[in-house]
Amino acid sequence: MKIHTLLAGAAFAALVGLSTAAVAADKLTVGFSQVGSESGWRAAETKVAKSEAEKRGVTLKISDAQQKQENQIKAIRSFIAQGVDAIFVAPVVATGWDSVLAEAKDAKIPVFLLDRDIDSKDKSLYMASVTSDQVEEGRIDGRWLVKQTNGKCNVVELQGTVGSSPAISRKKGFEEAIAGSPGVKIIRSQSGDFTRSGGKQVMESFIKAENGGKNICAVYSHNDDMAIGAIQAIKEAGLKPGKDILVLAIDGVPDFFKAMSEGEANATVELSPDMAGPALDALIAYKKDGTMPPKWIKTKSTIFFPDTAKAEYERRKSLY
Amino acid sequence: MTGMAPAFPAIRKALPQIGALAVVLLANWLVFPGFFDIRLQDGRLFGSVVDVFVRGAPVALLALGMTLVIATKGIDLSVGAVMAIAGAVAASMTNAGHGLPLTILAAIGVGLVCGLWNGMLVALLRIQPIVATLILMVAGRGIAQLITEGQIITFVDPALIFLAGGSFLSIPMPVVLVILMFVLTLLLVRATALGLMIEAIGVNLLSSAYSGVNTKVVLIAVYGWAGICAAVAGLVVAADIHGADANNAGLWLELDAILASVIGGTSLLGGRFNITLALLGALIIQAMNTGILLSGFRPEFNLVVKALVVLAVLLFQSPQLMGMLRVTFRRAPK
Repeated sequence: MKIHTLLAGAAFAALVGLSTAAVAADKLTVGFSQVGSESGWRAAETKVAKSEAEKRGVTLKISDAQQKQENQIKAIRSFIAQGVDAIFVAPVVATGWDSVLAEAKDAKIPVFLLDRDIDSKDKSLYMASVTSDQVEEGRIDGRWLVKQTNGKCNVVELQGTVGSSPAISRKKGFEEAIAGSPGVKIIRSQSGDFTRSGGKQVMESFIKAENGGKNICAVYSHNDDMAIGAIQAIKEAGLKPGKDILVLAIDGVPDFFKAMSEGEANATVELSPDMAGPALDALIAYKKDGTMPPKWIKTKSTIFFPDTAKAEYERRKSLY
Repeated sequence: MTGMAPAFPAIRKALPQIGALAVVLLANWLVFPGFFDIRLQDGRLFGSVVDVFVRGAPVALLALGMTLVIATKGIDLSVGAVMAIAGAVAASMTNAGHGLPLTILAAIGVGLVCGLWNGMLVALLRIQPIVATLILMVAGRGIAQLITEGQIITFVDPALIFLAGGSFLSIPMPVVLVILMFVLTLLLVRATALGLMIEAIGVNLLSSAYSGVNTKVVLIAVYGWAGICAAVAGLVVAADIHGADANNAGLWLELDAILASVIGGTSLLGGRFNITLALLGALIIQAMNTGILLSGFRPEFNLVVKALVVLAVLLFQSPQLMGMLRVTFRRAPK
């Protein structure tokens, strides 16, 4: 046992020494296995990854898996064969990664998970995961609402797809934040499946069930798209979104910034599409002097308001 | 009195559906007393019961086409994806600056082409309908995503938005479109011999061909009509959210449309159909959805409640079960 540990330590030291030399000699090459481009946010993540790599002088090889795990596994194997300096993976599903990541580990190639985690008992299979803190996103919205309404508000909640991890976490965070204020209550909560039409249909029924919307002070939506649907429902009921009913959401998609700039929404917590940047920083630090990054690199969750919405919309339009 | 007589069997046949709708509406009224309140909002009828009709419109439109397809002993799994394609086409056209007539024409044209494709696979190449339409169900959503490049294409053209947000004589446009398409479908199948041919094909394809029915043309036309209905539904859904959402528009709605047809008493074995009852089926499904949303149940229960109600409606239509019940009840008073 001891000898093994010693050997491993020696090998590790040698590797660090070697790669430090490599950094000095030429620039890093990183293979990025992306899920696909199923949403605007995903496309933005890829675009940002490219520009962040360019900024740091890193060569980034991107492989689009078209939502298929087998394509991602193939891509990772080909990255290993090419002998890249690190592999970034945005895993499409949570399970089934153990064997291919073990191959990467054997080849001494550090792996970073972007945006999503994997289910694996062996945490040494990857160096770090870069994801947002979805509970915190809910908390930020909750705290803002408590402050904004002086602790008195009837909230209706548009949940994401039942059982999905963002829906569970964002609900939990929001409930934690309002727990200390008995005047802020969730009076109705239903699933809008993360879609615009789902959000609109659920909001329509909320408005009718709550005295034509007069009992509702705010709508908290687990993503921006459902909130955009809710805004339309509020308007069609003859009320003013953003004033009669406050609208707060999470994600930071361009259309929501547009709604904010038009005064129809109040706040959104951005789910940063910059997942590659923090991973690259951690990788460069590790290659330089062997600094191990924390296992969970949290991306920043920033809340945005209508005052900066117009500028943010212009900035994002090209990104998404 | 004599005028009543021919109508009576039709109503009697519709009893399970009318009964189910009445029960669901009553349940909605019990969980939410304001259910039947209606007022005018911006010149448009507004209320929960209006929502049932408006939100039920896409499935009702799909059910019109689906019922005919099922009557030929077929099935069309692609209608949800065709909705997404039609919506994507409409959004791209309107954003490219084309007027409403051309936009609608393009969307419906694309729907028709999709339907004809299905029809040709089924009628000419003799591929089983469930397989033939599965191709477009999977590939169609991909096509829609290609058109939108994976984004939600939003539009602001008031003319296109009018298709969902507008009204005619205070009746919301989606309902107007359903009535229009319903009357059109009814005229096509009942004012001509087409309905009879469809039923004949459903009962026995070969013998109807021998008796002179041009089965290939009728089959292709039926799938084409389903495509057109899906395109209109796609237009309504896109206009409703002011955007084309290729990932989610019409997702799983083909199953609701099949369910609406089946609740309406159309047999999956073909040969028997009733589009009026299929519309009632679509209304029952939507009345249930709206009721669940109004009830304040936790969303985890949505599908369970829906499944139980559908089960009850279908059991009521089972001749075997009804026969058993009748026997039990007759014995009981002794």
